[in-house]
Amino acid sequence: MLPADFLPAMPTDEIEVAPEIETELATVALIGNPNSGKTTLFNALTGLRQKIANYPGVTVEKKIGVFMTQHGREARMIDLPGTYSLTPQSPDEAVTRDVLLGILPDTPRPDRVVCVVDAANLERNLYLASQVIELGLPTIIALNMFDLAQTNGDTIDVAELSRRIGVPVVPCSANTRAGLADLRIALSAPAGPVPEWKVPLPPLVDQSLEMIRTELPPNHHLSFAQIRAMLILLLSDERGDRLVVGLGWEHMLHRFRTSRASLLEKLPTWQEDAISARYTRIGEICDGVLHRGADAAGAKASFTDRVDAVLIHPVWGWLIFLTIMGLMFTSIFTLANYPMDGIKWLFAQAGDWVKTVIPPGDLQSLVSDGMIKGVGSVIVFLPQILVLFLFIGLLEDSGYMARAAFIMDRVMSGVGLHGKSFIPLLSSYACAIPGIMATRTIENPKDRLATIMVAPFMSCSARLPVYGLMIATLFPTDDVPAWQKAGLLMAMYALGTLTAFAFAWLFKRTILRGKPLPLVLELPPYRRPSLRTVLQGMLDRAKAFIRRAGTIILGLSILLWALAYYPKSGADKADDQLAQSFAGRMGKFIEPALIPLGMNWKIGIGLIGAQAAREVFVSTLGVVYSVGGGEAKAEVETDSVRKALLEDKWPDGRLVFTPLVCLTIMIYFVFSMQCIATLAVVRRETNTWRWPVFLFFYMTGFAYAASLVFYQVGTRLGY
Amino acid sequence: MPSEIPTPRLSDLEPGSLAVVVGFHGDLEPLKRLREMGLVNGTRVKFLRWAPLGDPLEIELRGYRLSLRKHDAEQIEVRPVSP
Repeated sequence: MLPADFLPAMPTDEIEVAPEIETELATVALIGNPNSGKTTLFNALTGLRQKIANYPGVTVEKKIGVFMTQHGREARMIDLPGTYSLTPQSPDEAVTRDVLLGILPDTPRPDRVVCVVDAANLERNLYLASQVIELGLPTIIALNMFDLAQTNGDTIDVAELSRRIGVPVVPCSANTRAGLADLRIALSAPAGPVPEWKVPLPPLVDQSLEMIRTELPPNHHLSFAQIRAMLILLLSDERGDRLVVGLGWEHMLHRFRTSRASLLEKLPTWQEDAISARYTRIGEICDGVLHRGADAAGAKASFTDRVDAVLIHPVWGWLIFLTIMGLMFTSIFTLANYPMDGIKWLFAQAGDWVKTVIPPGDLQSLVSDGMIKGVGSVIVFLPQILVLFLFIGLLEDSGYMARAAFIMDRVMSGVGLHGKSFIPLLSSYACAIPGIMATRTIENPKDRLATIMVAPFMSCSARLPVYGLMIATLFPTDDVPAWQKAGLLMAMYALGTLTAFAFAWLFKRTILRGKPLPLVLELPPYRRPSLRTVLQGMLDRAKAFIRRAGTIILGLSILLWALAYYPKSGADKADDQLAQSFAGRMGKFIEPALIPLGMNWKIGIGLIGAQAAREVFVSTLGVVYSVGGGEAKAEVETDSVRKALLEDKWPDGRLVFTPLVCLTIMIYFVFSMQCIATLAVVRRETNTWRWPVFLFFYMTGFAYAASLVFYQVGTRLGY
Repeated sequence: MPSEIPTPRLSDLEPGSLAVVVGFHGDLEPLKRLREMGLVNGTRVKFLRWAPLGDPLEIELRGYRLSLRKHDAEQIEVRPVSP
């Protein structure tokens, strides 16, 4: 058991009164800069014994693992979101600070902190480390990528660094697993005395801090330096009131507010001065401890330089960028195809198997047509998600992702987005779900929300079968050159993309307008990606997808099944049954709204079916037009549906599927929000139903309006 | 440096040139993160390059590389130094 004698008395009562099993395991928090190798170290220490949850009230992932100390005791490790500073600029970074302060309700204040410091980037990493050490939790510095720093020719006097900072410093390399045993030994040893070092501040600030300190309830667990460090954090954050309450000092709220305001008035630059003072202090610590190898550092720089000279080259850079993106995109469609066919086959087998064990009737239909088919239609996208996150992981871990954001930032900033919005939007061409999950790398909440709100406009792979059917219906004869069909398909992709940009622009100027945060993008040195980190990332995303989309999809699949299944007409033919069902009645009910769009009630049923997932449109039309003898088959051949569509007529004898109607349907599908899984994921990622509801209504409303205008103008023009 | 010439900004530097940060202009609050990452007065920076589309730009400081937009770099005053 790690010594917990230093545990400050903050969330004390519960811990002392009711010691739960959870609190008996010592908790070690892992903290560090982005790109410091923190996640790799976490994976190396905890292996597969990890679980991911959410912090309450925010959409920040809480990663917890179990690891063994060198003495064979189990301890918990929390992987805190990476940050450059304890003055947060995003919800993720706020969580890191709040955990260290011990004010999150379901997360005990850690007994220990391992601060991951990139040895090749010592000064900037020590900024965060110094803030953490000041808070007074027993801290160990894991001097990660020590081998890399040595290869670069840097020498670091570890013993002297440890002496000057006052906490143990353990050189290690998470990638090669070197030094991990030393780190476990350090974690097994009792914590030493807390260093009493503090950042020098202007006298006026120190006076303010002292005034607050004297009014605080006496606390024997906290040293003067610790309280000072906590007060600095509370005063630096405009939204610091929540922290004050969290620490149990609500009676001091007024005092904090006035201090914050008067400091800003008397010494507007006090926070900037504090930052500079901290860097001055770090400079003193590094002086004589860190020797940069001039020659070798030049060699390192020139490796990344040489690579960047090509990858950010005005000509080659674009070519390589487009090639990589093209490769990623193609892989999503080709590489993922085989496992996708496998999954379809598996679910079809499962459906058939169910039909052999459950006698025909409501239950059989519920299980095979409702549950298995519904869940299968979503799980089938899992391979695409895995392939996408394989690429994202490789690009991120190698350092290229930051370059992609660097290259694309100018394009994205034109509509008020961020260079980092690019990958999520690109991913959404495959499926909006992983795209929305990939927005987590965007720090600014408003940029992130804007990206989430427009990502579903990017034509996903579920729209492809619909486009395919409509293009086939539009060009019924084979004498149409392939480039025309491809061109029309491209036009649909372009339409969605441009609309996404337009709405991002609009949102950033209206509902998501905010103080523009500067782009601060670290361009890490290129390195060989760690396969373990990449695979772990894929595994995490896959689990998140199945859990988040899977549960809600099951419920809604059952609902949609019931709409198509009840009330039963007693008809043998599937198309008659569907016409009589709630879904069919709904199709007829909404027909008046669809006629101005050139669509009849049968298409309406298809649209209702497509509300579950877009590609269902094709199989629903297959059922409505009783293709294949009225049997609802999982895979309805586009060709046979096309023939049926081309014969459909209005009561007055006009053809239903004119070229204009086909185009209108395609436009409706480009814009409309018809994916329950996406809405479920947006709910998870934004932690409120408000945004998914807004997403549904604004996209579907826009789709209706755009289709209406298109069809009406087209009709007036005589098409 | 002659006093009548306005202080150059980070965005005025030529690729490959070195400079020392001497001050900040305008609203400091948005630049806080840059300062927390070590871009403070007295920091030596090397201007590396502009992005292919002319924005943002890339600099090297304290042994690592950072990208920021021209708009923000215009707020940062520098004194060019020779290598």
